[in-house]
Amino acid sequence: MTTNYKIIGKPLPKVDARAKCTGETKFADDLFFPRMLFAKLVRSTQPHALIRGIDLSRARRMEGVKAFLLGNELPIPFGILPVSEDEHALCIDKVRFVGDPVAAVAAVDEETAEEAARLIEVSYEPLEPILSIEKALATQSPQIHDYAAEGNIHKKVALQFGDVEEALGDSDFVLDDLFFYQGSTHLPMEQHSAAAKLESDGKLTVWSSTQTPHYVHRAVAKVLEMPAAHVRVIAMPNGGGFGGKSDPFSHEIVAAALARKTGRPVKITLTREEVFYCHRGRHPVLMRSRLGINKDGTITGLDFQTILDGGAYGSYGVASTYYTGALQTVSYQIPRYRFRGARVFTNKPPCGPKRGHGTPQPRFGLEIQMDKAAERLGIDPAELRLKNLVQPHSLTANWMRVGSCALRECIEKVLQGSGWSKKFRKLPTGAGVGLACSAYISGAGLPIYWNDMPQSGVQLKLDRSGGVTCFCGSTDIGQGSDSVLAYIVAEILGIDPLDIRVVTADTDLTPVDLGSYSSRVTLMTGNAAVQAAERARAILFDAVSVKWKIPKSQLIAGGRKIFDAEDPAREITFAAAVQLAEAMFGTIGTVGSYKPPASAARYKGGGVGPSPAYSFTACVAEVNVDVETGIVTVPCIWIAHDLGQAINPLLAIGQAEGSVYMGLGEALMEEQVFRRNVHQIPSMLDYKSPTTMDMCNVVTYLVESPDSNGPFGAKELGQGPLLPVMPAICNAVYDAVGVRIDEIPITPEKVLKALRAKNAGKPARFGPGEFPPLDFGEVRIVPPPWEGGDGTAVKQPPAVFRMRDD
Amino acid sequence: MLRLPSFDYFQPATTEEVAAILHAEAPACAVVSGGTDLFPKMKRRQLAPRTLISLRRLGALHRVAGEPEEGIVIGARVTLAELERNPMLCSRYPAVAAAARAISSPPLRNAGTIGGNLCVDTRCTYYDQTYEWRKAIDFCMKKDGHVCWVAPSSPRCWAVASSDLAPVMIALGAKVRLLSKQGDRLIPAAELYRNDGIEFLSKRPDELLTEIHLPAVSTDLMVYKKLRRRGAIDFPILGVAIWLRPSAAERSVIEQGRIAITAVASYPFEVEAARKLFRGARLNCEVIEQAAEAAWKRAKPLDNTDLDMSWRKEMVRVFTRRALQELSDNLCG
Repeated sequence: MTTNYKIIGKPLPKVDARAKCTGETKFADDLFFPRMLFAKLVRSTQPHALIRGIDLSRARRMEGVKAFLLGNELPIPFGILPVSEDEHALCIDKVRFVGDPVAAVAAVDEETAEEAARLIEVSYEPLEPILSIEKALATQSPQIHDYAAEGNIHKKVALQFGDVEEALGDSDFVLDDLFFYQGSTHLPMEQHSAAAKLESDGKLTVWSSTQTPHYVHRAVAKVLEMPAAHVRVIAMPNGGGFGGKSDPFSHEIVAAALARKTGRPVKITLTREEVFYCHRGRHPVLMRSRLGINKDGTITGLDFQTILDGGAYGSYGVASTYYTGALQTVSYQIPRYRFRGARVFTNKPPCGPKRGHGTPQPRFGLEIQMDKAAERLGIDPAELRLKNLVQPHSLTANWMRVGSCALRECIEKVLQGSGWSKKFRKLPTGAGVGLACSAYISGAGLPIYWNDMPQSGVQLKLDRSGGVTCFCGSTDIGQGSDSVLAYIVAEILGIDPLDIRVVTADTDLTPVDLGSYSSRVTLMTGNAAVQAAERARAILFDAVSVKWKIPKSQLIAGGRKIFDAEDPAREITFAAAVQLAEAMFGTIGTVGSYKPPASAARYKGGGVGPSPAYSFTACVAEVNVDVETGIVTVPCIWIAHDLGQAINPLLAIGQAEGSVYMGLGEALMEEQVFRRNVHQIPSMLDYKSPTTMDMCNVVTYLVESPDSNGPFGAKELGQGPLLPVMPAICNAVYDAVGVRIDEIPITPEKVLKALRAKNAGKPARFGPGEFPPLDFGEVRIVPPPWEGGDGTAVKQPPAVFRMRDD
Repeated sequence: MLRLPSFDYFQPATTEEVAAILHAEAPACAVVSGGTDLFPKMKRRQLAPRTLISLRRLGALHRVAGEPEEGIVIGARVTLAELERNPMLCSRYPAVAAAARAISSPPLRNAGTIGGNLCVDTRCTYYDQTYEWRKAIDFCMKKDGHVCWVAPSSPRCWAVASSDLAPVMIALGAKVRLLSKQGDRLIPAAELYRNDGIEFLSKRPDELLTEIHLPAVSTDLMVYKKLRRRGAIDFPILGVAIWLRPSAAERSVIEQGRIAITAVASYPFEVEAARKLFRGARLNCEVIEQAAEAAWKRAKPLDNTDLDMSWRKEMVRVFTRRALQELSDNLCG
């Protein structure tokens, strides 16, 4: 890419790097206020039960205890999605998992609060606990929630794009496979923490480690029945989020309510175990995939079914369910597609959005199935993928509008880098390579609650000092969004990123940004920042062009100066230009905002999947399998990601490596598992996530294909590179020892079992054996673009012109 | 975060003072050096000593003394980091250094000590949890409850021996010194342990482990192999320690040898059958296979630690075989 950018595309340090490295950065738990109380939540010890009584008498007698809070004091329910506002800050009459918050106590210090919480006696009437998908499907009563679609099925979805059965029937082969993707959690280094303070004017401030201050703002105002304008939410720098801090949480609302009740500042910092209970992590998903393919390698159709184990509450679950079906079409051309999904409630911590939100699971199934298809056809799996690649600037069967796409280059990069042609099916037994690809959204097309307002806003303040302040609601969760704002504004105004003060994530000071989720921030706040900065530059150029009596088009900003392009010796410093403009036009401030373009998917359910731009990734994993122990080690992963345009390649590579790290953990060891109705391993010692000793080498290729919808062409990068890692490792295990591991994590006993099955002449595979019969309800029929559709659902499928030339 | 309960804290300057405090306070007290095992367990209310006795000021317990030809004495307060870096241990007692190096992570090895590791509490995924978690399963017999959840019909506790150094000490035939107000005693390392998840040490609550005595070595061979999910941090889910003394007359003949394994029962133990197999034998494939079989037979892992228990049992055979093969290569090489 030949560009003249001064800052964009340069490996600059993050604007907050020094503060983070020296420990100067204040996180939520670092906050202390005079007279501050410490609060603890009493959590349910029952998986499913009615609350019969709460006895505070013993706790009340403890010295230093200042206040209690019970569920009936906060009767208004909340939840991230308007369709599933099923949570209370504290349970009122029923608990739904071990860890569900029931009561809260505030005391003068954390020790006292902890001890007092232990003295609060809650009596329960146990209900039948439901801990698995199978049990949830089989149990009509008791219901975990009475608003479920039926029994304990929270939500059912069925969408069809063209006659899939006909396509599969006409195919040379149909592969029919079952997969299971185990649940996992985010494991951010920093536990959740929130502090709240009632100001003397009656306004309330909440500081929290959250990815979504705007949604916390809405939830706190709603549950506390306060005018939203009287509530201020400040997102503190996050020590990692990965999706786990995207919901409004009990502890945030409780801290606020206790601050109001006591008139004293209140802080709640969760323990690591409580973070496991907040969860909102990866849904365990059981999948069945039927892929039609012809002898020439052309995909004819895909029929995909998913059942998600949702845990005890809605969270983002309805969106997660749709996401298990939304993006299969955005990597390969799939002419006909059917997706059916269901989410069940279980008595476990609620699942929600973890990096990749609902798409790593189906991607895992699809990419292994592509590997199986290539094997069946006797062709290289890379060739099969290249043959079916989605085309740039095209529409998919489910009406996703693909913009720029460099997946082909991504595949070529990792093939070349890994030495694929010398390794695939050629390494000695026990060593192998595997390939997988993926696609991901750069922000969701639609906001979480229906509205016509922008999804992101930026305000710039320029003053006579030459200083620029950039205000934006976006939240830096370590991904570098504050830096991205500074880079973009600096690039356009021709100044240095460190000249800019970035003020973010404060609902009183900054314009709304919906939050750091769905890989939306660089694209959406970036576009808002571009607009605001271009407007500011126009004001400066107006002033300078008047003074110099030359057209604005002749002016260039750069190096903290504004130049005359025709006579570069003629220049004015940035600060002088601001003073000139301020004298001419008054105080200088500009705004920018961004709202994604309208989606082509106009059917109900088409709100999940559309995005202004899609990123693409290809991955090759190399593995070693010890055939005697079944232990899999991963020496190297090559990953190529089409990110449109790198705003900062240093941060971009860091994001890709972080995704590989997380993917490696999900592939080999991470499991959110339960035994005797409780989380089996809610600690960082026992919940296994890779250590530095287990981390593989990573070779990252940044592939640039600027998308016209992205700022400077940029697309997402924070989540996409995770997606192909797990299936690439599974495919490499097959290359190494000839067994299919159709469920993750790939633990050594699973590998040994599959090897033994293979040696005994049975199917060389470990994975789920059956998919429960489930009526997904009436299928919504949407003709694909090439079958005469217009993006809406129809009652009757239209007369179809045939794709095949028979 | 989880907070420590309150406790009295003593920092005596002599072992005699320690013995006196232990005598007065036991069993409601605990000795602390690195604290890497004790403090998290106190935070989770698994252990609730009223009194802590710090060994911080006991310089005498912070020494490695002696020569390999006569035997070595290691003070209980020597840290795991010091063990793994001690040149004499690395060259002459490599399994000791290797086992120390395999424990947890560098920061914890800087704090943790050999005495602490040898006395490390038995572990169990039903027990190593917070008070509230354990309340949710109605507690277990090791703390606050009545049932062993991994074997509910069993009258005893099946928590797992988790010291990496213990099997090495047993295989080497090391001894440990226990001091109390009644005097001190030197016992074989193997006798320090009891096959019970709760009463897992024969050390009385009023006794302090002061020293570890390693026997003299000359051409001895030793190895420690650890199985765990990850390359750091994790406790063993299997540890195999092997010591072999080649015959002075002919190096390829074993004069004496021992295998000890850990993390597959409530105590680390010697595989006695292997001792007989090794005596006067050559380390050929047949002997290796028989020894691996003997170790496999003795292992009784249960579903109370990481990974699948039947897979862990199978790994006893694989790890023992691989450890012996490594020694056999050394013998022949």
